[in-house]
Amino acid sequence: MADLRAVLEKLSNEFGVSGRERAVRALVKNEIEGLVDRLTVDALGNLITYKAGDGPEPRLRVMLSAHMDEVGFMITKVEKNGLLRFAGVGGPDQRTLLGKRVVIGDERLPGIIGAPPPHLLSRDQLNRIVPIEEMAIDIGATGDKEAGGKVKVGDYATFATRFSVLSDDPAFPTVRGKAFDDRVGCTVLIGLLAEHYPVDIVGLFSVQEEVGLRGARVAAYRTEPDAAIALEGNTCDDTPRLPDEETSPVTRVGDGPAITIMDRSFFTHPGMLRLFRETAAAEGIPIQYRAPGFGGTDTGAIHLSRAGVPSIQAGIPCRYIHGPASILNMNDLTNTVRLAGAALRRINRGYLTREN
Amino acid sequence: MQELTQRLTGAFGISGYEDEVRAVIREEIAGLVDELHIDAMGNLVTLRRGTGGGRRVMLAAHMDEIGAMVTYIDEQGFMRFAPVGGLYPSICLGQQVQFADGTVGSIGLDGRADRNQAPKLTDLFIDVGAGARGEVKQKPGDPAVFRQRFAAQGNAWFAPNMDDRIGCVVLIQLLRELKGKDIAHDIYGVFTTQEEVGLRGAMTSAYAVNPDVAIALDVTLTGDTPHATPAMEVYMGHGTAIKVQDAGMIGHVGLNRLLVAAAEASQVLYQMEVLTGGSTDARAMQVAREGVPASAVSVPSRYVHSPSQIVDRRDVEASVALLRSLLRGPIQL
Repeated sequence: MADLRAVLEKLSNEFGVSGRERAVRALVKNEIEGLVDRLTVDALGNLITYKAGDGPEPRLRVMLSAHMDEVGFMITKVEKNGLLRFAGVGGPDQRTLLGKRVVIGDERLPGIIGAPPPHLLSRDQLNRIVPIEEMAIDIGATGDKEAGGKVKVGDYATFATRFSVLSDDPAFPTVRGKAFDDRVGCTVLIGLLAEHYPVDIVGLFSVQEEVGLRGARVAAYRTEPDAAIALEGNTCDDTPRLPDEETSPVTRVGDGPAITIMDRSFFTHPGMLRLFRETAAAEGIPIQYRAPGFGGTDTGAIHLSRAGVPSIQAGIPCRYIHGPASILNMNDLTNTVRLAGAALRRINRGYLTREN
Repeated sequence: MQELTQRLTGAFGISGYEDEVRAVIREEIAGLVDELHIDAMGNLVTLRRGTGGGRRVMLAAHMDEIGAMVTYIDEQGFMRFAPVGGLYPSICLGQQVQFADGTVGSIGLDGRADRNQAPKLTDLFIDVGAGARGEVKQKPGDPAVFRQRFAAQGNAWFAPNMDDRIGCVVLIQLLRELKGKDIAHDIYGVFTTQEEVGLRGAMTSAYAVNPDVAIALDVTLTGDTPHATPAMEVYMGHGTAIKVQDAGMIGHVGLNRLLVAAAEASQVLYQMEVLTGGSTDARAMQVAREGVPASAVSVPSRYVHSPSQIVDRRDVEASVALLRSLLRGPIQL
């Protein structure tokens, strides 16, 4: 599984803001060549892959999903002075934007989210969070003519962050990059597709998760899975905080795959929860539970498809998601591949029914 | 019916964890339906087969109630929590909750909170009387509901979860009263899950049932308390309420016309309901597949989403009588 780090590096560096996922899709297609029986790209841009199981028929059809899109920006106006106004796409963290390097459009034109120099600001101005509407991207153009020749309204932009390895310590191997939400899920899914399972697999690389779970909704409708496992880069806040703050981290880096019990979009199916608990115990894989009540992911759409789909989400804790750079632990990634793979070998219809 | 209400309001059933309520309902409807199954979302989907020539009528009442879920337990054993459904912090303060195993807790206020302001949920914690984390049986992820207490006083029934156990009561009582009667329609009585967190159970069960007509059985707010805001022409004790509109849907005009005709034909006391906030399972059923004519029949309830909900027994009876009258005739829309 050593090469999964290389896969994550390529995926993290690629450009794929919600609605413009095609470069990521091309990269994923390349990585899974030969690993699936067939694949299709649907009307919204979802990459849907199929891989038959080797168990006896009738086989369960299990969806594995990860979203290709990342949060970013869209150019809304080219100003007279050549600065570019922009809107957020999918909720980038506006506290983190000023002074950051970005790339714009399919040509990856470099720019900077500009800010007035601190020397010129009053204390009040310095202490305030600048709303995204007041920011502008500077591409070094002399005026709207030059800028307009390079950038059009509607072009996408994202962070220019490049992937890097922070630590090779096998006990705590960390990497840094942009868009780990959810390129880490895509990486896990690619890792899972390299193996064979008794059940049929629908491997979904979805689009537009960050703007409302849109791709997963139609893909689940199309493929009618019996069960679904979503693979996500999860919120993580295990970094230092005020000593008397009475909340626990949502997840902790390095504590293993994070299992969701409840978030704002779904409750985990009790049978699927039992499947993952039993699998983790049998395989000796550490797991943690994501603190209830925060966020929503593709699972929220998938589990409500048609007559309902028993679903669970396994997440990889990522610090600083929706910002320019995240940090994750490669052991969490490889343990998620192990856990989901073992669950796919263990799953049967008994896990998909309720006791009363 | 009072005994049934007492039993259902005493069962634990927060969104996502409706198992105990479902088990009670299964016992109560034994022998009243022809088919029954539990789907992936935990909905209890039942069918009372008609004599033929009728429609597929889906009646939905949700089993879940709002509550809290533990997110964190501190060194002293105080538990912070996330809301499950529309849990209002100002109503939580000073209340008692209970967990699925019966453990009772009080809701306390963090001393750092500004007492001149309404508290935020993050200012509140559940106290189960423990001295340290090690004495607490609960884990993060465990759900709790307002402490269950039923009372009957004249025509008024009190319970923290009338929303929507009383809708379940209406549906069960209807099935009881239809026993042995010839009804043309196939009646899909669906006891749904996760209504309070986004009408999720109704969404998937309506897809599976694929009904011709759908009616949600739920509670609605009232305008009859002092200076009730927003003003609303629905009164407790003035009959069942037929949904004209709420924040999520518009009742099907033809279906509402039939409901009104059915009420008048059987001299059932009814009121027309316009609700400015909130919605019901009818919203999800209405947009299932290619669309379903849908409305809601509501029991007016004071203090919904609080531990002190009140309904009037006569409104519950009127709701049952209205549905019985509707189902007796043809449903042409």
